[in-house]
Amino acid sequence: MADLTTTFLGISSPNPFWLASAPPTDKEYNVRRAFEAGWGGVVWKTLGESGPPIVNVNGPRYGVVHGADRRVLALNNIELITDRPLEVNLEEMARVKADWPDRALIASIMVPCDEASWKAILPRVAETGCDGIELNFGCPHGMSERGMGSAVGQVPEYIEMVTRWCKTYYDKPVIVKLTPNITDIRYPARAAKNGGADAVSLINTVSSITSVNLDTLSPEPSIDGKGSHGGLCGPAVKPIALNMVAEIARDPETRGLPISGIGGVTTWRDAAEFMVLGAGNVQVCTAAMTYGFKVVQEMITGLAMWMDEKGYRATSDFIGQAVPNVTDWQYLNLNYVTKARIDQDACIKCGRCYAACEDTSHQAIWMHEGRVFEVNDAECVACNLCVDVCPVENCITMERLPAGSVDPRTGKVVSDDYANWTQHPNNPASQAAE
Amino acid sequence: MANPQTPGIASARLDAATLSENFADLHPPLSAHEAAVAADRCYFCHDAPCITACPTDIDIPLFIRQIATGFPEAAARTIFDQNILGGMCARVCPTETLCEEACVREAAEGKPVEIGRLQRHATDAAMARQGHPYARAPETGKRVAVVGAGPAGLACAHRLAMYGHAVTIYEARPRPGGLNEYGIASYKSVDNFAAREVDWLLGIGGISLEHGRSLGTDLSLEELRADHDAVFLGIGLGGVNALGAAGDDRDGVTDAVTFIADLRQTRDLTTLPVGRHVVVIGGGMTAVDAAVQAKLLGAQDVTIAYRRDQDAMPASRYEQDLATARGVRILSNVMPKAILGNGTAAGIELEYTTVTDGRVTGTGETLHLPADMILRAIGQRLVPVDGLEMAGGKIAVTGPGRTSVPGLWAGGDCTPGEDLTVVAVAEGRDAAEDIHAALTGAG
Ligand SMILES: Cc1cc2nc3c(=O)[nH]c(=O)nc-3n(C[C@H](O)[C@H](O)[C@H](O)COP(=O)(O)OP(=O)(O)OC[C@H]3O[C@@H](n4cnc5c(N)ncnc54)[C@H](O)[C@@H]3O)c2cc1C
Ligand SMILES: Cc1cc2nc3c(=O)[nH]c(=O)nc-3n(C[C@H](O)[C@H](O)[C@H](O)COP(=O)(O)O)c2cc1C
Ligand code: SF4
Repeated sequence: MADLTTTFLGISSPNPFWLASAPPTDKEYNVRRAFEAGWGGVVWKTLGESGPPIVNVNGPRYGVVHGADRRVLALNNIELITDRPLEVNLEEMARVKADWPDRALIASIMVPCDEASWKAILPRVAETGCDGIELNFGCPHGMSERGMGSAVGQVPEYIEMVTRWCKTYYDKPVIVKLTPNITDIRYPARAAKNGGADAVSLINTVSSITSVNLDTLSPEPSIDGKGSHGGLCGPAVKPIALNMVAEIARDPETRGLPISGIGGVTTWRDAAEFMVLGAGNVQVCTAAMTYGFKVVQEMITGLAMWMDEKGYRATSDFIGQAVPNVTDWQYLNLNYVTKARIDQDACIKCGRCYAACEDTSHQAIWMHEGRVFEVNDAECVACNLCVDVCPVENCITMERLPAGSVDPRTGKVVSDDYANWTQHPNNPASQAAE
Repeated sequence: MANPQTPGIASARLDAATLSENFADLHPPLSAHEAAVAADRCYFCHDAPCITACPTDIDIPLFIRQIATGFPEAAARTIFDQNILGGMCARVCPTETLCEEACVREAAEGKPVEIGRLQRHATDAAMARQGHPYARAPETGKRVAVVGAGPAGLACAHRLAMYGHAVTIYEARPRPGGLNEYGIASYKSVDNFAAREVDWLLGIGGISLEHGRSLGTDLSLEELRADHDAVFLGIGLGGVNALGAAGDDRDGVTDAVTFIADLRQTRDLTTLPVGRHVVVIGGGMTAVDAAVQAKLLGAQDVTIAYRRDQDAMPASRYEQDLATARGVRILSNVMPKAILGNGTAAGIELEYTTVTDGRVTGTGETLHLPADMILRAIGQRLVPVDGLEMAGGKIAVTGPGRTSVPGLWAGGDCTPGEDLTVVAVAEGRDAAEDIHAALTGAG
């Protein structure tokens, strides 16, 4: 079996699966049980300043997006940072770290945006013996209205400033946790790097309203008839997170900056996808909140089996391997011509491809006598919609036209030369260059 | 109290609690959550094959989507628009040979979307509401006679009433519903559903029901035609085929349909007698229903004796499995030779058969089974109606149920086509549309 031991910022853990800062890592009791279940590390639930702890609502704090059969596709929460006293958290962290030296323990911190507050808390956190800190610049609700969380994360200058303070007053790794509630993720990532951050972690939750109760006309979760926007997480946010991770991984200004991937990791496969796109490890919250700590066992065996299958001996063998394949649209090969092909033996004759293409695409599927569906190459633009809506895996595939053949749609001979938009005759910029 | 081993024909072989358990709903209703999960499996196919397979052309993907999005009542409306007896059809249709057989998930996984149960979920939801969902058009002043209050007659009457015509249904039996009331297996239509459905259907208004009125006895076609603007016949198949085996007249030999009708009309099943050794002759749905219900009543052993290969049985594979799962034995390639016994049946002599080119011949080898109750389920036939052209023993029709006599339509089991509730509904409905067009000059 492949060895899953992963070293991130010099911090070693038996596998790349960490629990994200959230209810699963709220207290000693949880974290001990998480380690027993096999989690490689945890980011402790975000700590706040010393003094009276923050308060949470006393009504429901989660909303949900369900699939059929009530599968949890996304959660949304209006929970704040820890509502337990700082001292209690610090004592517990120290005890757990002493008992579990081989697991990663990271302290997540959010205090007001002034140097004194950070200077006050960092030495106390350091005393616990934890392996590093994560700066929570991501929480989109409650704390942001008090000038913390995403209120910091949305202003690159603040990120840089706070990161620099932390690097000044703390000598172990500093991870900056980014909010996705911003237009271009590269700016906060660059700011973190400029401030000296050892890594970024992303994403925190996405600002959201999951649903509205149509009887009471209150957003859910409803507190006495009112709702507030919350933060969305879980499988539904994974595509957003993957893109943001990839953007940072391939940005020339942040290339090489270690990334902890977060957002919808539910299975080994999700984790592998984050990691090939450049994440050095992953953090998980919703999957644990939905299925309990035991889910990590599937992630561990799945990732190891995939690595064996592919011949990877260590996680470092595949981390970032997909980054060179993420490119801009303008560099995609316009000479790559494909057509949809329907496997008649696999076809169950539902006709979804036909409805999709006929009504909303390019009228490129024929429906023959006896519900036989066939692609009309003269119309097929290879959009892939039929493949996506077909309920049978691999029944419809996109097949590349061989070089030298004629694309019946354009009448042009297919070439196997690479040619992209920057070279295309219809591109005014390319003509200007000639 | 008797028990399954009590000799001869006896009632109360099982106690009341066991009987009520045995005759409980074959397919219990789906809960709202189960329905949501089942509905989610529908692919919303283009020009869906299930619609084509449904004799009443219900827009199945649409109604399933309406369930999935939280409005089973809207789903029911989609169903009732095509099939006003959608509630009964949801319970009795052999979906395994109709919509569910055509479901693409049957092709893909051997597990179709549970269309029948979803249809029941929707129609139950709508029928649990107060009132009838359709409004009647203003009175047209036209009068239509419908003979027979079975599925064909009821569907026809409802559609005509909706268009504002005044309908009178003439029904020979004391209760309406036809075979829904007297024939369908008990466990397919529990809680008096057939009667409740008829009451609900009549909620449209404009339909009067006259019981004890029998065409050919106290009513003639001439009278009906003289008194009405149009006449529809939905009289089903009143006669039963004869066995043609020696001893057919012994005590204990009965028609399966009579046995079932008695069962359906018995409120306290502990009072209903059944044999210890029951042999059912036939291979269709009626044979299966009679055999299964005899077993559920407490018969010690029940055998279906069918003359051809088991593959040729008209009862679907699903129905056959239902029978064997209840402990019924299916013997194929045997035909009855003689009913044995002294006045009262005590046994049956069967002869083995071979089938060549569709023709059944006895092999000469016989076997004897003990039998104190023998149920004939070898088909029903039409009691002929004078003055009408016939086709293959049924009333000849063209198009939407037009008979050889002008102004006279027919549909359901009494006309050619498959003998199924849903087919009867489709034919009744289509005849009503044609009658309406004829009466309003739109046709
Ligand atoms: C035992 C049994 C089980 C069955 N199970 C199923 C099943 O599970 N699923 C399924 O789809 N189909 C089933 N069928 C078939 C189904 O019941 C029939 O196809 C359907 O009822 C036909 O409807 P209909 O209206 O044509 O006739 P019927 O239901 O037979 O109704 C005819 C009506 O006309 C009345 N009538 C007859 N003659 C006269 C007259 N001269 N004057 C006045 N009234 C008259 C009768 O009393 C009756 O009420 C079963 C049939 C039987 C016998
Ligand atoms: C109830 C709840 C509370 C959270 N609290 C915190 C927090 O205190 N600090 C923090 O950095 N992130 C917090 N998060 C965000 C998670 O750490 C994580 O970034 C997010 O849930 C995305 O990962 P997932 O899709 O695996 O859940 C919280 C998430 C949830 C659901
Ligand atoms: S688990 Fe359920 S009941 Fe308990 S606090 Fe959370 S929401 Fe409330």
